[in-house]
Amino acid sequence: MSMLARTVGRTFMQAAAARGVHTTSALRATDSYGANRTTCTLIPGDGVGPELVYSLQEVFKAASVPVDFECYFLSEINPVLSAKLEDVVASIQKNKVCIKGVLATPDYSNVGDLQTLNMKLRNDLDLYANVVHVRSLPGVKTRHTNIDTVIIREQTEGEYSALEHESVPGIVECLKIVTYKKSMRIAKFAFDYATKNQRKKVTAVHKANIMKLGDGLFLRSCEDVSRLYPRIQFEKMIVDNTTMQMVSNPNQFDVMVTPNLYGAIVDNLASGLVGGAGVVAGASYSSETVVFEPGARHTFAEAVGKNVANPTAMLLCGVKLLRHINLPTYGEIIQNAINKVLNDGKVRTKDLGGQSTTQDFTRAIIQNMS
Amino acid sequence: MAARFVQKILNQLGLIAARDAPAATATPAVSQVNATPAASRSYSSGTKKVTLIPGDGIGPEISAAVQKIFTAANVPIEWEAVDVTPVRGADGKFGIPQAAIDSVNTNKIGLKGPLMTPVGKGHRSLNLALRKEFNLYANVRPCRSLEGYKTLYDDVDVVTIRENTEGEYSGIEHEIVDGVVQSIKLITEEASKRVAEYAFQYAKNNNRKKVTVVHKANIMRMSDGLFLRCVRDMAQKFPEIQFEEKYLDTVCLNMVQNPGKYDVLVMPNLYGDILSDMCAGLVGGLGLTPSGNMGLNGALFESVHGTAPDIAGKDLANPTALLLSAVMMLRHMELNTYADKIERAAFETIKEGKYLTGDLGGRAKCSEFTNEICAKL
Repeated sequence: MSMLARTVGRTFMQAAAARGVHTTSALRATDSYGANRTTCTLIPGDGVGPELVYSLQEVFKAASVPVDFECYFLSEINPVLSAKLEDVVASIQKNKVCIKGVLATPDYSNVGDLQTLNMKLRNDLDLYANVVHVRSLPGVKTRHTNIDTVIIREQTEGEYSALEHESVPGIVECLKIVTYKKSMRIAKFAFDYATKNQRKKVTAVHKANIMKLGDGLFLRSCEDVSRLYPRIQFEKMIVDNTTMQMVSNPNQFDVMVTPNLYGAIVDNLASGLVGGAGVVAGASYSSETVVFEPGARHTFAEAVGKNVANPTAMLLCGVKLLRHINLPTYGEIIQNAINKVLNDGKVRTKDLGGQSTTQDFTRAIIQNMS
Repeated sequence: MAARFVQKILNQLGLIAARDAPAATATPAVSQVNATPAASRSYSSGTKKVTLIPGDGIGPEISAAVQKIFTAANVPIEWEAVDVTPVRGADGKFGIPQAAIDSVNTNKIGLKGPLMTPVGKGHRSLNLALRKEFNLYANVRPCRSLEGYKTLYDDVDVVTIRENTEGEYSGIEHEIVDGVVQSIKLITEEASKRVAEYAFQYAKNNNRKKVTVVHKANIMRMSDGLFLRCVRDMAQKFPEIQFEEKYLDTVCLNMVQNPGKYDVLVMPNLYGDILSDMCAGLVGGLGLTPSGNMGLNGALFESVHGTAPDIAGKDLANPTALLLSAVMMLRHMELNTYADKIERAAFETIKEGKYLTGDLGGRAKCSEFTNEICAKL
């Protein structure tokens, strides 16, 4: 019964929003269906994260999006203020969705931990698949055009296993773990994603010519899975060649599936091609939960408090969230506003060659929502 | 079984059954046949010998082109061409002929065309074998935008210096249980310090302003942390060179947006492999970027592109990468005036754009391109 009420409520709200009878009526609708609001965990993150999250909240408020945030300040570089990891994990497990800014990862740890907070969060929630959809944005001038690539990255093992030791002074070994199970899982995820989103090709990125066993296992798993999806073309490419191809001819890529570290490399490289860390959104999936976070993870710490960061990536995360929780109409409204503002090019943040502030940009988005 | 035993005895006696080891019947490893006409001229004591490994596929053509240009420029160098086709050694394994190894070890300097890694069991990559044999610990790849060959990035001028003996390429891997593989990345203080020192020395010798260490110590806190510390320590010994630390992902992001931000980059093996190829991609591919390997027992300069068997022997290949590697070699040998002269002629030819090879969008043959450079000298 409650399910039914919820569905009806949502449909009504969306219809209201779609008619453009905007804020007030939508607000009233939400009031009468107060129980139908979605709760989402929010981790502002370090660096400019809190500013970007504030921008997102403003936009959500203006669009009367029926989403409530449960805010946890989680930080590795600020352990005193940080919430407990268990609480955050419990909240995400309860809410199933989370929006997260970027967590700074220092190259040392106060307690001698090898695992970063990011890794712990990912491992605790088993967020195994990171999906970053990199596409050229309207109105953003870049060297390459029409880029449309999805990068799917395994992010619970590989180089990020945090297994290291100093055998004798001056000699350190670092283990990279690759397992058949997790390789199969990410390969299947990639092919499923390709199928669901009408993609044609999956490219596996590897370095199996050097790491014959480790990357070899990953590659073999991808090959095995590819046989089950005859309609999707499968291709393999060595990681150094991939980066070279990416900068010279990025349009050849469709869906890419990569082990952990190569994924980080390709994500950042591809984000650089379409305008930088400020404009690319990503999401990490487990079988239960989704964490939406910027696609290229940079805290942009040098800009803290300067009101210059580009909130586009964070807003796009919000759009993805809305699509995920089945509020696509709200998502559409925000997406259209972003496209319009970027296309007009009058309000541009510094990273895109403008002089506007984060706040200006946020206001412009709100004004363009209809 | 018996056959193998007989074979073993024959091998020990120094006799090799021709049926099983066709490679062994190849021409003597060291031959002066390929040497330039210049070699026959008498030189003063200033002449230096350089080992030349022409390589496979297009290798011989582009090596000939380089030799021709060097002759035209009167470079005081004598080439000693060697063949590195693997031969079966005393232990029954295939390897580089001893004569080739000796040649590089005496001359301390070599120039190498592309090598094809034979497909099949038991062959180690020849490149890897050479690297091991001569302890080539640092790979240097300058990438500079060439005037006259337009790419989307026109302000690239970076040098990637890569640790080349350990890291992810240590080759230590095992399958612990079915389906669980562990690959070991090895970082040692000795190797890290060595490459760090080389990087700063390189920056100093080549009037570079800044060295950036590329790492991922936020994730691999001990291994990359050690590398980072070694470079940091070395930076203090070179106060005149600016120093900065960057995460690998940040460099990837910034490199494609604003390559002008970086100058000399120093990093562990895998990151170097990836970034050097990426930078080559920025300036137009591996056909245009030179590469040098610094070792304890000498230095080896090479072109890193493939053997291009499809155009081999057709006089269509682009010798630029090997030529620029040879220019790097001249600088290493402190023959800077020759290096500058040849480099200028090559850049000029590319800039004019009259004689460009197919890969640069021209129609010229390799020989026409070569002749044009010779004419400009």
